[in-house]
Amino acid sequence: MNVTRREFMVGVAGLGFSILLDGCAGARSTQGGAGLASEPRRGARTVNAWASLGSDGTIYIVNPAVEMGQGSQTALPRIVAEEMDADWARVVIVPAAPSDKIYGNPGFRGLMYTAGSATITGYWDVARTYGAQVRRVLMENAAREWKVPLSELSTEPNTVVHAKSGRRMSYGEIAQIAELPAVAPEIKPEELKKPADYRLIGKDVMRVELPSKVNGSAQYSIDVQLPGMLYGAVLRAPVEGAAPLAIDDREARAISGVLTIVRLPFGVGVIAETPWAAFSAKDALKVKWDRSAHAFGHDSEKAVDLYAAAARELSHAGKPWDNVGDAPGALRSAAQVYEAQYVCDYTYHAQMEPLNSVASVSPSGDSCEIWCGTQSQTMAVAAVAKALGIPQEKVKLNLTLLGGGFGRRGHRDEEFVVDSVLLSREVKRPVKMLWTREDDVQNGRFRPLSVHYLRAGLDGAGRIIAWQHRVACDEITAFQDPVRYKGGGERDFLAMAGSELRTYDIANRLAEQLPQQTGIRTSSLRGIGFGPNKFATEAFLDEIAVRRGLDPVELRLALLKNTPRGQAVMREVAAMADYRRPRPGRGLGISFVDYSGTMVAAVAEVSVDKKSGAIHVHDFWLALDPGIAVHPDNVIAQTESSIIYGLGLTLSERISFKEGVVQQHNIRDYGVPRMGDIPEMHIKLVATPNRPTGAGQMATPIVAPAISAAVFAASGVRVRHTPFLPERVLRALA
Amino acid sequence: MAIHFTVNGTPVASAAPQGTPLLWVLREELKLTGTKYGCGAGQCGACMVHVEGGRTFSCLTPVESVAGKRITTIEGLSPGRLNALQRAWLAESVPQCGYCQSGQLMSAAALLAANPRPTRDDIKDHMSTNVCRCGTYPRIVRAIERAAKEGQS
Repeated sequence: MNVTRREFMVGVAGLGFSILLDGCAGARSTQGGAGLASEPRRGARTVNAWASLGSDGTIYIVNPAVEMGQGSQTALPRIVAEEMDADWARVVIVPAAPSDKIYGNPGFRGLMYTAGSATITGYWDVARTYGAQVRRVLMENAAREWKVPLSELSTEPNTVVHAKSGRRMSYGEIAQIAELPAVAPEIKPEELKKPADYRLIGKDVMRVELPSKVNGSAQYSIDVQLPGMLYGAVLRAPVEGAAPLAIDDREARAISGVLTIVRLPFGVGVIAETPWAAFSAKDALKVKWDRSAHAFGHDSEKAVDLYAAAARELSHAGKPWDNVGDAPGALRSAAQVYEAQYVCDYTYHAQMEPLNSVASVSPSGDSCEIWCGTQSQTMAVAAVAKALGIPQEKVKLNLTLLGGGFGRRGHRDEEFVVDSVLLSREVKRPVKMLWTREDDVQNGRFRPLSVHYLRAGLDGAGRIIAWQHRVACDEITAFQDPVRYKGGGERDFLAMAGSELRTYDIANRLAEQLPQQTGIRTSSLRGIGFGPNKFATEAFLDEIAVRRGLDPVELRLALLKNTPRGQAVMREVAAMADYRRPRPGRGLGISFVDYSGTMVAAVAEVSVDKKSGAIHVHDFWLALDPGIAVHPDNVIAQTESSIIYGLGLTLSERISFKEGVVQQHNIRDYGVPRMGDIPEMHIKLVATPNRPTGAGQMATPIVAPAISAAVFAASGVRVRHTPFLPERVLRALA
Repeated sequence: MAIHFTVNGTPVASAAPQGTPLLWVLREELKLTGTKYGCGAGQCGACMVHVEGGRTFSCLTPVESVAGKRITTIEGLSPGRLNALQRAWLAESVPQCGYCQSGQLMSAAALLAANPRPTRDDIKDHMSTNVCRCGTYPRIVRAIERAAKEGQS
């Protein structure tokens, strides 16, 4: 991607190059690395872009991303620092003000939105350009001061050097004499550093916030303490759109410490002096709900059949997602047609920090301060402003660390943030609103139930010439973010992404959605549509390979003939796993995923306990090519993480509904993996000098198809419904 | 009637009603927020503290049951400096979102106190009380092994 005009304009407008007369007292340096501060002590009002400089040599780099463990709070400022030639030990990272105009991610529709593994890749050009602009301004000032041509200058970390005369000037010294141009200098793409010259990119470093995460000092929104703060709990309606008809709160009000009970449009709020009193009162509420909401009729067990019927009814055209060539025509004329059906159950994020937020609404209700961990700073501010009917400038956001996100914290309505605001407005005091884990499950917004009906047409030579993938599932994007849905041509990308087979050489392809109107709360979830869609696609390919007597590796290599980077990771992982060595009593399964430009291939080795139906994953090999790995060990960490996340979705995690009501309540009955469930993981980072692409979730979608293929190799049966619960395996074995 | 106990070596008193979980007293009354709420049901281990040196789910511990007892939280695990486990945690870059890590460290510290040279199976068995949704498990294993090797002080 090139620097777009918009990015460049932002770059010009936003060279917020403020001179700070003293450093930031709040900055905390970590073991020779960069530090963190909520804002530079001075200049907080004037910093409106990416970098400012203290006269003491401190370099403040603004971070527009949120930190939920994925590491972009470190990696993104490293990119700016790289082009600035900043000394990482002198860098202090400060959060960006919520402004899509200045800080929106060009790779995420211009939004300040940390998701989709889009941070590094989306800001790649902007971050480098900003960094290079600052370096250029410093060099121009040194050139003026020394009366030498700019071309004779170079930089070392935090220092401009004139090699000819041996003169050196630190960035801090220049900051004291700097004249700032009215318009930021233009940086051409070819003027950016070459990968061979990188000092920071591609090198491992301790993530800046890590020390705070081993001594209990890391601050999440749940940790915020304010003077006079009260505690809130909210009993939300069991389904979306339902309202309380009658509330019996006599028992709840009698609980010591309970101050007030509030009727809300979607539930009942409790405000108390302690969290425990608030929870106890919430549990004591007796509420009769209006039963007219559509979702009350939903039964996930029965829905599988309904969705399957929709997916298989070919006379009913779906909503096209990807359409290349003429798949229906090619299927009609194919020498051989295969078909298969796959199902993915609803799944839940289970981020470790149950959703919560803190709000302090002014007594007159005309301004508000919030503390929250959101995936979109600007959406949170907008949602709060809307709830209070006040201008967005009247909402002050204090962004905290996120105790996990996984797609749950970026809905347009930011309901878990608005909850605290509504309660604070009621009592005119600060309120920490806490969802219990049970609330977090029951109020969950889930990856939908999906039924996938696939057909593949082969020609006489056995090549796949036609592919049709029909996905029947609850809609996601329309519920999660009506604004992006309408603005994006009403395409349900959160559900359908991954069903397009961009890298496979198949001439005729059709992917279509059969949206199911259930009223169930849905959400993006780590891997988004790639999870279910790649499971169906890759598992189906394995079935085709087996039926045709083809080698699954050779089949992928042939399909990837126009994607050498995809072929490379396939070959790499086959070698790592020693794929062709037989494993008595065990089976191997291989799979490939292209996700946001990152190439991933994986092999699972499993055994199946035919008595219990339990699948044991012994080893998992994975090779990925994310282009340039800005922070290599963190790419590995994210890959370990996304494998384990995928493992849970594949083997044990599921949400079910009866009468529209979620049947699970907590961590255990949902089925999150524990340490003993984890296979030996062997990960190879195949970094290539290409633009960095996604790294935060690339492995999650590859786990289910790799395991399903391995289960077949080990046991001779196909598991086509995630999670592969023991009872489902037993049913397949029977 | 106030309940008296010791937290990280400091005597404290809580007026919380009987039945209030120790977790909420630590977090919201004593402002020791390093101990986390994750499930409220002893299913995730984010709330793990030491009571008289033994690891305990603070979300399941009524505050009155710790009257007269010594509590250690993550803030008191190694005040003022990092211990071998915490150093190993950084060396292996264990935390991701970090939310569960206080509980992981408190569980791991209890393991090494009882079993200074645990096998890998010992580690997996002991640490199965603690959930990490970011999947830092392989790094936790490595960090515990590193700390065991390098000594606990």
